[in-house]
Amino acid sequence: MAELTYRDAVAAGIAQEMERDQRVVFLGEDVAAAGGVFKTTVGLLERFGPGRVRDTPISEQAIIGAAMGAAMTGLRPIAEIMFSDFLAVCWDMIANEIAKARYMSAGQMTLPLVIRTANGSGARFGAQHSQSVENWAMSVPGLKVVAPSTPADVKGLLAAAVRDPDPVVFFEHKGLYATKGQVPDGEHVDRLGTAKVLRDGGDVTVVALAAMVPRALEAAERLQREHGISATVVDVRSLVPLDTRTILAETVKTGRLYTVEENPRLCGWGAEIASIAAEECFYDLDGPIVRITTPHVPLPAADALEDGAVPSVARIVETIRRTAG
Amino acid sequence: MPTATKDAAKNTAPPNTAATGLALFRSLTEIRLLEKRAYDLFLQNLVKGTSHLSLGQEAVAAGFAVAMRRDDYTFCTYRGHAHTLARGAPMVGILGELMGRKCGLMGGKGGSMHLTSVPHGAMGSYAIVGAHLPVAAGAAWSAQVRGSGQVAVCFFGDGATNIGAFHEALNFAVVWKLPVIFVCENNQYMEYTPIRSVTAVEHPAADRASAYGLERIVVDGNDADAVHGAAVAAIGKARGGGGPSLIEAMTYRYSGHSRADPAKYRPAGELEEWMKRDPIALYRARLLELGTPEGALREIESAVQRAVDEATEAAKESPPSPLDVIERDVWADGGSSWRN
Repeated sequence: MAELTYRDAVAAGIAQEMERDQRVVFLGEDVAAAGGVFKTTVGLLERFGPGRVRDTPISEQAIIGAAMGAAMTGLRPIAEIMFSDFLAVCWDMIANEIAKARYMSAGQMTLPLVIRTANGSGARFGAQHSQSVENWAMSVPGLKVVAPSTPADVKGLLAAAVRDPDPVVFFEHKGLYATKGQVPDGEHVDRLGTAKVLRDGGDVTVVALAAMVPRALEAAERLQREHGISATVVDVRSLVPLDTRTILAETVKTGRLYTVEENPRLCGWGAEIASIAAEECFYDLDGPIVRITTPHVPLPAADALEDGAVPSVARIVETIRRTAG
Repeated sequence: MPTATKDAAKNTAPPNTAATGLALFRSLTEIRLLEKRAYDLFLQNLVKGTSHLSLGQEAVAAGFAVAMRRDDYTFCTYRGHAHTLARGAPMVGILGELMGRKCGLMGGKGGSMHLTSVPHGAMGSYAIVGAHLPVAAGAAWSAQVRGSGQVAVCFFGDGATNIGAFHEALNFAVVWKLPVIFVCENNQYMEYTPIRSVTAVEHPAADRASAYGLERIVVDGNDADAVHGAAVAAIGKARGGGGPSLIEAMTYRYSGHSRADPAKYRPAGELEEWMKRDPIALYRARLLELGTPEGALREIESAVQRAVDEATEAAKESPPSPLDVIERDVWADGGSSWRN
């Protein structure tokens, strides 16, 4: 084990896969010479050369379109979209072209590609650079969607995404880049479509994603300490495929389900989980399913406003305390 | 006569060999007869949805396809029957796809606007205007990285020149020196609106070439030899590492934009003027002039007609696509499961 930052785990994951497979190539804005605006890809150009690690113009449609064309003809590209908000600029490429090509061609085309992007709040960049848009991707048939919360998961799930034969949108959380964690030495490959139970508790089940995971864990500690409420915390990790087996099993154990979501309220990923739980384990529930989300607003910029909008540890604790009884 | 011929005169191609001439004639004939059959099948209500025909524009598809290597890539638009056929996709698969039959190239899952035949290098027909230009650039990048010597040829309409993806793809392809050829089929109209009435320059593609450091190339898109000559030159340049080209082929579609469009917006006499330079009639006359025996051309014509008739019957006999394909092939494992 070695301690890495979430940021360094990105480069470690990409390097591991580029080392292993010559077909893996990497493109994006400021990713090569500059090492990424978040310094997530430092050293890759030097290590793998300008043929495989390439800076692009500010042309998101060209970046994603090129990744698609390369993937359908034998490469395994990783494309970076600097901020997840910019996915909207190339959403046609992602939602209309990449997601549908295999289906419309009745399986003639395979698109093994990864779109990495920095998602979420924490940097006080305002509503065009701080949104959580994982639910956009989750709603499109044909896209796999991953959002890791720890450095180990960044490396392992990124490797799994690169090796996966289907398009994967990989949401890194910009508020987590500086966080540290233990990452297994040597080759580390995880599995898509697997949630992880991070904390066992008997009273409530809290399901969280990305930056909401450490908050849910901290909230669970406070609930235990201050209110005697024992919470299970599940890190969803992968929205598509979705590990409903783990989520439902953990829900049934406590009879109470909470989601903690950074995306705005309507059609957030937790709504789908709540609907599945209501349909499939209704009689095992002891109370309403509760979603803790950012309100249905564009994200404000000022630090106090941003903090007030996104689910905080205090809001998670208070909501669960108030409703778990 | 529109500016097509005036400009194209500068692009006189070297005379083709007899074999190439016959290959072009066969391809032109195949496209013409298959598109006419597709139209007949609409009228019989055997083709549902929409469809966009290339009647009148055959020389662009034929001229390029004959110049391409088997493993080169074609990217085209929703007006893509011609390009898919020209690369060698089977007629029965094309007609079957239009009719939603099991024998269709994609078993009915794509339809007229999305014809795809990867084994023939037909890497998809794209129905969002301009979207496939960056995709073609990506395929060319892949060929460059793999050192395969393949090129990508990307066909699009005049309307695509005013959308962002066109400009992003051109700049990207030039900066990365990619082996891709962008071919604008300027058929004068976007959907219902003349391209010249909404575009800042006379030639919507060629007049933008200089912005990307590319040569201004306009060809007579109704002259299969002219198109073929431009294709050979651009493909040779791309394969040799010389980077992309942008070619504007002046042509005209005989029918409306889609089956829903009777094309009443066209001024009287315009269609007739263009039909005087019909790509098939023009090429037939040229081959005869060059000494090709008429019997050889008649033989091609009747063989192609037979093939179209046989493909039509086979497609009609094919059952509708089975419902179990609905949930297949979202993922590479063949399924569509999103949960465990």
